[in-house]
Formats: sequence, structure tokens, C-alpha cells
Amino acid sequence: MRSLFIILAFILSTLSVAQTAPSSDQIEASARKVGRALRCVVCQNQSIDESDAPLAADMREIVRQRLSAGQSEAQVIAYMRQSYGDYVLLKPPVQSNTYLLWGLPFMALLAGLLWFFKPAKPIRMAEDSQ
Amino acid sequence: MKRFIPLIIFALIGLAFAIGLTRDPRKLDTVLIETPFPQFSLQSLEDPQVLLTEANLKNQVSLVNVFGSWCIACNVEHPILMDIAQNETVNLVGINWRDKRDKGQDWLERQGNPYGDIIFDPESILAIKLGVVGAPETFVTDKSGTIRYKHIGPISREDWTQTLKPLILQLETD
Repeated sequence: MRSLFIILAFILSTLSVAQTAPSSDQIEASARKVGRALRCVVCQNQSIDESDAPLAADMREIVRQRLSAGQSEAQVIAYMRQSYGDYVLLKPPVQSNTYLLWGLPFMALLAGLLWFFKPAKPIRMAEDSQ
Repeated sequence: MKRFIPLIIFALIGLAFAIGLTRDPRKLDTVLIETPFPQFSLQSLEDPQVLLTEANLKNQVSLVNVFGSWCIACNVEHPILMDIAQNETVNLVGINWRDKRDKGQDWLERQGNPYGDIIFDPESILAIKLGVVGAPETFVTDKSGTIRYKHIGPISREDWTQTLKPLILQLETD
């Protein structure tokens, strides 16, 4: 019973530490995660996490600074989106101008299934030729 | 009729590619048009003691030009900026981007300095707030400090006479 209490107290204490101050490891992990979600605006199809471009390096630095200052991942991404627009997001958000983009694969799948399961027409060729 | 369906689909896909693939992917629309110039507090290129802020852009129409001594296209644009500085009344502000202070100063000494205030931004702090992708880029701000226009790439004489100058003259009368 006593050992259970000790284990519980230990778990609770680590939880409270995690909530008060993010460690440098957590910031690093968040920075990498945010970096993978943001497009390097000078190299088109790389994230800032992968890119060697100088501007991507500066963007990574700003991501780290903002996370260290206590901002959430979403807030940092919103900050970049404010200046570079939706283009900076590697994954396009689902919104009115991307409904077609996101919906088209499902529409194509549905069309394909309808076509596949469409009842076949009776073959009349044999009768006609007689 | 039914046999034309594949042809119609093909034509639609062809049309989408014809539009999509001929657009220059580097030419991004800025989302910052009609928004206030971002807040900043950065050193002046000439004097580290002098701090420049967005307040320096207020009460006058400004042409804010992003440049660097490393930027080759800026050499092409530079004579036009010198002309504007000599013959026009607009407040020409420079953002010396991703540069070394001495290199930026040397470059202006060699080529001439068209700018009034020059904001020193070696770490892209203001550049990222402005959504800058490359140099040169130029912003027009009105008297309230709102961004009204963004020009990507070097300003040509035609860009100046046909687009930027009429816009600035109109903003100055507002």
C-alpha cells in the first residue's frame, strides 16, 4: 500500500513539472514538429526542417524562440501563416477554397465504385446478328 | 454523346494544367495587403544606437525596399532607387536583410545611398513578419502605416512610372 502511494506521488510530481516549464527537449521536439509542418518558402517543396536555405534557418530560429517564450505549436504556426499565408503550410487546411482538393479523391473513389458495381447490360449481340 | 465523356474529362484536366503550370510559383500574393505594417524594433544600419520602429513609417507615404549587399538583382534596381531619391518626395526606407553591417555599409558607400532610414535585419526578424521570400522586394505604405502594395523583384522604370508612382501620388493626396 505504501509503495503504491510513493509511485502515485512520483507520477503526480513528474506531471506537475511537465506542465509548469517545458524542458529544452520538449521545445526541441516541438520545434522539429512545427518545422516539418512549415514550407520553406524559397525552396517550394521542402519543409523548413529539411531545408538548408538561409531563410529556412532563420525561420527555424524564430520557431524556437517563440516556443521557448511559451507559445504553443499552433500559435507559432499561426504567426508564420499571418505573414506568408496558407502557402507556408505544407498540408493544405480544409477550408472553402480547398474543398475540391480534399473532396476530389473521395468523389473519384465513389464514381469508380458506382461504375464497378453498375449492373451489366444484357449482351444482345448474339441475338442481333441472327 | 456518351463516347465524348472521356474527351471532355481530358479537356478539363488539360485546362487545369494549362492554367496551373504556367503560373510562376515564386510569385506569391501577399496576405499583408491592407494590414498595418508589422511592429518591429531594430537597429539602424548606420548607427546601432538608433532604434527604428514602425512609427518611423507613419504620417508619410513610404517605399520600403528589402535589399542586401549579397543580392545581385539589387544592383540592377539600384540606379532607379537613386533616381527616385533625387527626384521624388516619397520616404524611401531600406531593410538591409541578412547582411553584415560593414558589408551593407560598404555597398551603399560604393553605389550611393538612396535611403532615408535603413533598418538592419540580419536575422530576418522583420523580413519574416513581412513574408519576404527574396530580395529585392518593395512595399508601399500609406500615411497611417498600412501596407498598400507589394512589388516582388527589381523595380523597372516601367514599374515605377506605370504602377508605383501613380499609387504613391494618389496615397499622398489622401
